[in-house]
Amino acid sequence: MNARRREPAGQRRSRGHSSPPRGSASTRSTAPVPFDVDQLIDDPGTRIIVCCGSGGVGKTTTAAALGLRAAERGRSVVVLTIDPARRLAQALGLDELDNIPRPVAGSDGAGRLDAMMLDMKRTFDEVVEGHANPVKAQQILENPFYVALSSSFAGTQEYMAMEKLGQLHAQTEAEASWDLIIVDTPPSRSALDFLDAPEHLASLLDGRFVRMLLAPARGPARLLSVGLGVVTSALNKVLGAQVLTDMQTFIAACDTLFGGFRQRAEATYALLQASGTAFVVVATPEPDALREATYFVERLGSEHMPLAGLVVNRVQAEAVPAVSASAAERAAQQLVDQTGEEHEAAAGLLLIQAERARQRQRQDRLRKGFAGAHPEVPTVGVVALAGDVHDLDGLRQVGDLLAAG
Amino acid sequence: MSDWPRVRLHVVTGKGGTGKTTVAAALALGLARGGRQVLLCEVEGRQGIARLFDVEPLPYEERLLAVAPGGGEVRALAIDAEAALLEYLDMYYRLGRAGRALDRFGVIDFATTIAPGVRDVLLSGKVFEAYRRRARDGHPVYDHVVLDAPPTGRIPRFLNVNAEVAGIAKVGPIRKQADSIMQVLQSRGTAVHLVTLLEDMPVQETADAIGELTAAELPVGGVVVNQARSTPLTATTRKAVAAGTMNADELVPALEQAGLDRLDTSTSTVAQQLLSGATDHVHRLDLEERLMDEVDGLERPVYRLPQLGEGIDLAALYELADALCEQGMA
Repeated sequence: MNARRREPAGQRRSRGHSSPPRGSASTRSTAPVPFDVDQLIDDPGTRIIVCCGSGGVGKTTTAAALGLRAAERGRSVVVLTIDPARRLAQALGLDELDNIPRPVAGSDGAGRLDAMMLDMKRTFDEVVEGHANPVKAQQILENPFYVALSSSFAGTQEYMAMEKLGQLHAQTEAEASWDLIIVDTPPSRSALDFLDAPEHLASLLDGRFVRMLLAPARGPARLLSVGLGVVTSALNKVLGAQVLTDMQTFIAACDTLFGGFRQRAEATYALLQASGTAFVVVATPEPDALREATYFVERLGSEHMPLAGLVVNRVQAEAVPAVSASAAERAAQQLVDQTGEEHEAAAGLLLIQAERARQRQRQDRLRKGFAGAHPEVPTVGVVALAGDVHDLDGLRQVGDLLAAG
Repeated sequence: MSDWPRVRLHVVTGKGGTGKTTVAAALALGLARGGRQVLLCEVEGRQGIARLFDVEPLPYEERLLAVAPGGGEVRALAIDAEAALLEYLDMYYRLGRAGRALDRFGVIDFATTIAPGVRDVLLSGKVFEAYRRRARDGHPVYDHVVLDAPPTGRIPRFLNVNAEVAGIAKVGPIRKQADSIMQVLQSRGTAVHLVTLLEDMPVQETADAIGELTAAELPVGGVVVNQARSTPLTATTRKAVAAGTMNADELVPALEQAGLDRLDTSTSTVAQQLLSGATDHVHRLDLEERLMDEVDGLERPVYRLPQLGEGIDLAALYELADALCEQGMA
């Protein structure tokens, strides 16, 4: 077990330097450690919170609710969302897509809340413009490969989310504009994509193939190996010569960019490992979402990235703790058998309880499975709300539920 | 009788978390009834099918997954872009050695990452190949192909392979391949089904996806409402709960009658808790009904699958397949 996955609650600030949690024998038998969300957001040492998890678990809502709560408790917060639901975006004033943070109207209290929605293509364009001279930048921006790469979802969104995080972080360092950045992560195929995408892209762009394609443009033909001949002729055959030419032009044009890619990916990694960063893994009490959460927790551990806790959204509220599913079902049946329609209302209510209790039991079992593997991960459950959250009051309510545990 | 008699390629999409893999699997089981051969494919490397059926991770190989009444069979295939490219190179260009060289130089990884359209062409190209494959007697090897597709957010781009590669390859074999895939995808032999829950965001995304698919001239199939809630309440009770006119005290005699007066919690507290649980339930029903109206307003055939309290196992999948058959989806 990697002890760096979590430090005991209450010592969270000593992140990275603390000794491994002791007394694992006692933690094994008890319920999971509660996740103290207020402690996390109130701690001035917390500078970046990354919300991650599989698609459809409520990451954006969790990120926005944490942001609003932190701001209303006095922090200066910027929330970077990736793909918010339309009405939530409106509530946050994100109608304009200009790729810079805007103040959110309607947040109360001492702090400040800004929000922005990631514009992937624009962020990428800015990277290009910032690292190449105007002529070269223009060449790159117009190349069909660049257009495909910068507007697709496969990895670019993840990479640009991390790029934007780096920019916001640099801005906070320079201007002291915010003291807390909360990032939502892209709706990836798997929760781990955003950790891998920057490195993947970096390794591609300064990999062997790119160097090989660049070789002829750079100089003597002696660099041409037999291997390259086979490869280029194969590519010509399959893609057509024009495609290869475009690819070569693209790569040659952004040659200057490439050295920077790996460096930037490494800087992002370092930022994610820094002591002011906290990961919040978001899940629902469903097998797939919890499985992804488990992978994520393990991955964060092996990457020495600081995990603050697990948020389990959409937990079935426990309406009547004293009456189990089977007891409720039996009682309903008994009423129908003994009194016919006289108590049909009560019988109906009992059947609702039976169904809710059964759902809850199933969810508890799934959550226990997670806790069994990772008893050290602080966890908070958020009960399912009747409707979607699409205004600040709704976000406040989610914030209260997060804090109440 | 199926609502989709001409359709042989069923593409199943939906917002993340709506259960599209479950629905795709149930649909495949339903279509396999009566001795049909069905291929169930996934393209995102998630191994969702293997998990659902609780089997070993699927290789790039068509494996028997389940059987259906009447001798039908469902085979499964996890399509991997790199393996598909190597296979494609070998099949069409006999590029055995060069293909492997491409891989060794990282070209395949490079090409499929830097040009995601190419990746999508390879993935859907394999689906297309299975769809068109014929046995010696000239009959299709598979009566139906079901694709557990990327989620709604990515589906128009994923299926619109033509537009995707058009910017990169104006002529040449990849372009030709994209064109023939597009022809099948836009034909009446294909239907793109959308899975939704009765929640705001999934319904909104379903409506958006229908608009985008229609604009791309891709044939929109049915809408599958997954995990639809049912209620044990009579109309009168439901109305009283919704209006807040039901008094918890009225329930006490019934609870006593049912023997629930000997708990640690007082009967009146239990009554109040039951009522508050029921109030929540009724709110959700109202919300679901409003969203169901929105789904009906999409003017697509709608199929409803019940919420299954115990989670999804093989028995549950057969049960959902039954429901889809009864409603005419399979």
